[in-house]
Amino acid sequence: MEHVIVPPRTYFGIFAALMVLTGVTVVVAFFDLGLLNPVVALSIAVIKASLVVLFFMHLKYGTRLTWIVGGAAIFWLGILLVLILSDYATRGWGWY
Amino acid sequence: VPDHAAATLHEPALKHHFDDLGQQHEAATLGMWVFLATEVLFFGGLLAAYMLYRVWYPETWGAASRTLDITLGTVNTAVLIGSSLTMALAVHAAATDRRRPLLLFLLLTMALGAVFLGIKAFEYAHKFHEHHVPGLGFHFEGPAPERANLFFSLYFGLTGLHALHMVIGLGLMTVMLAMAARGKFSSRWYTPVEVSGLYWHFVDIVWIFLFPLLYLVDRHQ
Repeated sequence: MEHVIVPPRTYFGIFAALMVLTGVTVVVAFFDLGLLNPVVALSIAVIKASLVVLFFMHLKYGTRLTWIVGGAAIFWLGILLVLILSDYATRGWGWY
Repeated sequence: VPDHAAATLHEPALKHHFDDLGQQHEAATLGMWVFLATEVLFFGGLLAAYMLYRVWYPETWGAASRTLDITLGTVNTAVLIGSSLTMALAVHAAATDRRRPLLLFLLLTMALGAVFLGIKAFEYAHKFHEHHVPGLGFHFEGPAPERANLFFSLYFGLTGLHALHMVIGLGLMTVMLAMAARGKFSSRWYTPVEVSGLYWHFVDIVWIFLFPLLYLVDRHQ
């Protein structure tokens, strides 16, 4: 069977990127970007999570089935968050 | 007896309902991914509650978030990312038949996990001291303590659930350590190390989101 062997060099590179991104997100938090603050913070978190999933968790080298399961998790989380927000965000519109 | 059949006969780790170790490994890995998908939604409920109240009470969210220690939060983020690195290196050591490095990296992963929980416990103790723990005796200096109560409920709910996952992860690592010490793993079969690693990295990812959501709200004020 073919186990994917990722060289440690790659892991150290991902680790360095994750540490730098952690530093960036902390520094950016101290600047007033208005509504962009949470957007930037969450975007950096998504990039960091993607690096962990793709390289540490080997999804980059995973089967198509694994990609489907990972995609399904994000899709369902999206349903949960987006539908709740679309409900509460539009309650004040007064169309009913 | 064909070659592949002879090989499977001598493979103690292979369960007989699988064709070969490759298929068995793929099934076990996929099983963990499916479990982690349910975990995403398990945390998703609390995250949804967090999102809603943050939209409703942005000022309170900022004021309550700024009472958290950003230095300890940042250090803990680095500690957990470091533990993910040592976990990945442990899987690599197992995959390349290096038993001593495997034991070392498993121990390092556990040590970093313990440091994380230690710092978390210190933060919790401080919160108790400040009466920021929801329940009897809750006290918040801001203008809307009942809303800050919601923030801290979600803070303890989310970080508590995350810490519980860390404790379970440490349990898993203890089992991996014992199995590795007894020479159970080889480059042909180290599925438990890989699958436990998936779980450990997932718990790291949860924290990667919790850190900005809880510690980095309106820090510029």
